[in-house]
Amino acid sequence: MLSIDRSIIDAIVAHARRDHPDEACGVVAGPVGSDTPTRHIPMTNAARSMTFYEFDSMEQLRVWREMEERDEEPVVIYHSHTATEAYPSRTDISFAGEPGAHYLLISTRDPEVEEIRSFRIVDGVVTEEPVRVVDATVDPNAVQSYMFGQSPTTVDYECSGR
Amino acid sequence: MAIEVRIPTILRSYTGGAKVVEGSGDSLNELLSDLDSRYSGLRARLVTDQGALHRFVNVYVNDEDVRFLGSLDAKLNDGDTVTILPAVAGGAFGFAAAAAILGHRAATRAR
Repeated sequence: MLSIDRSIIDAIVAHARRDHPDEACGVVAGPVGSDTPTRHIPMTNAARSMTFYEFDSMEQLRVWREMEERDEEPVVIYHSHTATEAYPSRTDISFAGEPGAHYLLISTRDPEVEEIRSFRIVDGVVTEEPVRVVDATVDPNAVQSYMFGQSPTTVDYECSGR
Repeated sequence: MAIEVRIPTILRSYTGGAKVVEGSGDSLNELLSDLDSRYSGLRARLVTDQGALHRFVNVYVNDEDVRFLGSLDAKLNDGDTVTILPAVAGGAFGFAAAAAILGHRAATRAR
């Protein structure tokens, strides 16, 4: 299961809507081993395409180094599909190179509907997982604070059984 | 001659879990052969059967993408750091079309 703060999901969806009809992509970093996404990093889609995304290799090096310096790892790697469902394509599966990451897909094909799904992709095998969106009731920037004493309300998106 | 090589999570199964290893060579090609002599199978994850750098990985010498430095022919010096990262790419497109775009992009960059 992916647990992610509502404010981060909102920022990811806003990024995807902004870049529509091109695909948008990015990372949410979190402390190593925590499985908790805390720092949203929108990335440039170097392909600037409606059907393909690619991190700029130099931006990626900078961001990956920064994560390492901060003892972080890419907890979530996201991108949007702008005309099709939020399910990994064969291209997505071929490229998936972070076995520890949650691969989050957002479809912007419907301007009114948020379509968000999360997957593990390991050795070419795709496993969908539920997404639990946590509404932090306090400072939206203090994402971790709810885990220690707050009682967040939650929204669970179940897998759609595929 | 020692070159520091930073290994991404997905390839650490080849290095016994090590995040940083050392190798030697005057070019990236030699370095990868040297590493493969100790970490068998590593080279094949980075280099295609046709002898080109795999498009699923990004390799950097210090702060530069080796695609701008001659790929496998990129020259190395003692004290250089080579960083390997998984390329992050994908999208709704079919793989063949995506590969064509990437191939085109690589060719354009090389000019």
